[in-house]
Formats: sequence, structure tokens, C-alpha cells
Amino acid sequence: MTRVALYRALVIAAAVLLLEVLCLAGVIDRLTMPPPHRILYDLARILVSGSQNAAIFKTLTNASIALALALVVGVLAALALHGQRAVRETLEPLFATYYAVPIFAFYPLLIVLMGLGDAPQIGIGFMLGVVAVIVNTLNGLDRVPRVLRQAARVARLGAIETALAVTLPCAAPHVLTGAKLAVAYSLIGVIGAEFIMSRGGMGYEISFAYTNFDNATMYPLILLVLAVSIAVNAALARWEKALLARRGQ
Amino acid sequence: MSARLLRGARNTAVLIAGLLAGWQLLYAFAGPAALAPPLATLRYTAGLLATEAFRMHLSETMRAFAAALAIAAASGLAIGFWLGFQRFAGEVCEPMLVALYSIPKITLYPLLLLAFGLGMPAKIAFGALHGIIPVALFTINAVRNVRPILIKTGRVHRLTPVEMVWRVLFPAALPEIFTGLRVGFSLTLIGTLLGEMFAAQRGLGYLLMTAIGLHNVELIMAVTVILFVLAGAASSVLLAVDHRLHARV
Repeated sequence: MTRVALYRALVIAAAVLLLEVLCLAGVIDRLTMPPPHRILYDLARILVSGSQNAAIFKTLTNASIALALALVVGVLAALALHGQRAVRETLEPLFATYYAVPIFAFYPLLIVLMGLGDAPQIGIGFMLGVVAVIVNTLNGLDRVPRVLRQAARVARLGAIETALAVTLPCAAPHVLTGAKLAVAYSLIGVIGAEFIMSRGGMGYEISFAYTNFDNATMYPLILLVLAVSIAVNAALARWEKALLARRGQ
Repeated sequence: MSARLLRGARNTAVLIAGLLAGWQLLYAFAGPAALAPPLATLRYTAGLLATEAFRMHLSETMRAFAAALAIAAASGLAIGFWLGFQRFAGEVCEPMLVALYSIPKITLYPLLLLAFGLGMPAKIAFGALHGIIPVALFTINAVRNVRPILIKTGRVHRLTPVEMVWRVLFPAALPEIFTGLRVGFSLTLIGTLLGEMFAAQRGLGYLLMTAIGLHNVELIMAVTVILFVLAGAASSVLLAVDHRLHARV
């Protein structure tokens, strides 16, 4: 395991080093991309000076709200849908198509419905994330052993108690898979919506920096978005692994 | 078989009727500033389909998508077979692929624009970027799950690596690989469209983006409907093939 981790670190280090050399040698020119060490330096500068704090705070808050909504609504919807075989079969093509259609097309509709505040951006993040949560939670609920449901029935648990005490804990690893996807989707939704039309946030700042050739702002912000999503995902993956390990899988 | 087809047709009909009813209800609630009613949109769509300009956008998108899908499938399969078969390399690289899969790739669009310029190569790259990793991840798992006895048999017959992939691994892992290609198909399509929205001056994504900018509700709805129908038809077919392949095993 440690050897694997070592090689992994080496591969990543080699990739960053290669990028650094290509940038410094001028193969990748400065207008396209500054060298990695410069991006890190600029990121530190931006974070210390706090010039982008408002944008960062806005985007991360909106993405968190979208994520929380997607998780709650998604899990509830999956619990309601599970067992409704006809409804599920009817919705399956919709779920399969959902992620091939640009949900951003509904952004103007949401703006008209909700006004030009944070709500439409949260709405897009929610709409992107919720289906991933539903699909994965359903997947997990399908795999709950029948004996557990029977045990719940023997213990005379109600529908809500059964869900909280038996089926959801059992399906937790799959719910976590959905949650990991929803993290990425809520960020994609909020940032994409900010690219299209907004008055602030990281997506807005990135596209503003892009149109002004301001690589010293653009690249650090992109790096920050990537770092946040990778960190949250790694934390969830670790949790998922711990859950599976406890079950001896 | 025919009973299942009938049920599938009924489910699809119910789904479409439900979506149309929901759409009409939303229109009644939100009004013409937010969205156009179904019938008017269909009429507008029919008109749009007949125009020369629309066909140019459509063929542009299809060409970009075809190129992106070819790149995503070819590289995804190559990476997947390599990492699936070389266990150590697979263990080193798979978590990195998972991390890359989870990042919000939409934030990378300025980077691709700077690297490829505005136009065809940028959107092909954006589409392929979305598609490669899911294809690779599914292929890795598919190859790993091939029964060892099949690989041993291949070794006994002294198959070359290419023959091993073509005659043993590919047929044995086909159902899972196909699922990967199906997911890759959807994600490449959305990637290409997102690329067009932000990094192009032609194509359906560009058309959608202009419609959003001009707040041309009918055009937004028409393009969304066309994309939904295209993606829905394609993913239904792929889903049916997928079910069939999995049922065969």
C-alpha cells in the first residue's frame, strides 16, 4: 500500500514538474498558462489579501446549500420512489437522459421565477445534483437484504423508523457515492450559472479575469475550485471506505 | 418480449405525457416571460428545423460530438485496458482518475480556450475531456472482473497483448465496457455542448447561449427540446442494448 502511495506521489510530482519545465522553457507561453509555482504563489497572495474572499464565500455557500438541498430532496425522493416499480420504470429513461441535456438551458427560466439573486444559481446546482443522489440512493436501497426489511417489520418499525434505522444506514455507501457526484454537480451548477449571468462569485471572477487576460487571478481561482472539490471528495471517499471496512468488505 | 416492448412503449408515452403536462402547468404558473407553452414551442421547433442556419449549427455540433466521442472512446478504452490489466499501474492511477472525474470540469474552459483558441478544437477537447475518464474507469473495473481462468487460457495459447485484448478481455468484459461507453456518450455530449456554450461561435450550444443572452424564450425552449429528444432517443437505444448485454451473461 505504501509503495502504491509513493508511486502515486511520484507520478503527480513528475506531472507538476513537467508542467513547470514546459512553462519555464516557453513551450507553454506565459499568456496561456503561468508556471505552477507562480499559480500557487498567486493563490496564496489572493487568499492573504482577501481580495476574492467575498466571491469565494458566495460560491461555496451557494454550492453548499445546493448540495444540502440535493441530498435531502434526493434521498426523500428515492425513499418515496423505491418500491413504486411502475413509476421507476417510467422515470428510468429520464434519469438516463438527464445528464446529457444542458440543464443550464433552464437558468433563464429560474431567473424569471426566482429573481436575479443567489436563488437561481442554487437552483441549477440543485437540479444537477439531485438526480445523481436519487439514482444512487435507489441503487443502494435495491441492495438492502430482504432479511433486514423483514427484521424491521418484525420489530414493528414504522416507515420513517425503518428508513432511518435500517434501510438508509444499510444503503449508506451508495448514498455517499451519490453525495460525491452531487458535490461536483453542485459546484458545476453554481459556477456554470455564474459564468452565464451573475453579479459575483468565483465563476463570475474567473470569466471576468479571462476576458481581461488576468491569468494571475484566473488560474489561482481555478486551482482553488479544483482543490476544494478534490478535498471534499477525498474526505467522502475515506468515509465510504471506513463504512465498507466496518462491514468487512 | 412483445409484452415488454409494449410496457416500454406505454412507460415512454406516460413519461412524455407527464412531462408535457408538467410543462403546461409550469407555463400557466410562470407565464410567457419565463417559458413558452408546449404547442407553441413545437410549432417554433418545426419552423426552426427547416432553416438553413439551424442545420449548419446541428451539423457543426454533430461533427464536434463525433470527433470528441471517438477520442474519448479510443483513449478511454486504451487507458482502461492498460490500467485494468497492469494491476500495479492501475492501483497507482485509478484514484487519480477518480479525483479527475470528480472535478468540476466547467471551470477549465478558459484554460482550453487559451490552449486551443475559439472554435472546433476547443469544443472537441472539452467533449473528450468529459468522456475519457468514465470510459476508462468502467473499463478498468470490467477488465479486473474478467475471470482469471479466461486470462490463463489466453496465456496458455500464447496470445500477444493485442490478441489478448481483442479475443479474451474485450468479449468477456463487453457488458461492463458498454455501460462505460453509454455513460461516456452522455457526458461527451454534455461536454461538447458546454464547450459550445462557452467556447464557440457555432453549434447548438452556441445557439442556446445566444438565446439565453437575448432572452429569446422560444428559441431556448426549442433548442432544449431538440437536445432532449436527441439525447433521450440515443440513450434509450443505448440503455436497451446495455440491458440486453447484461442479461446475456
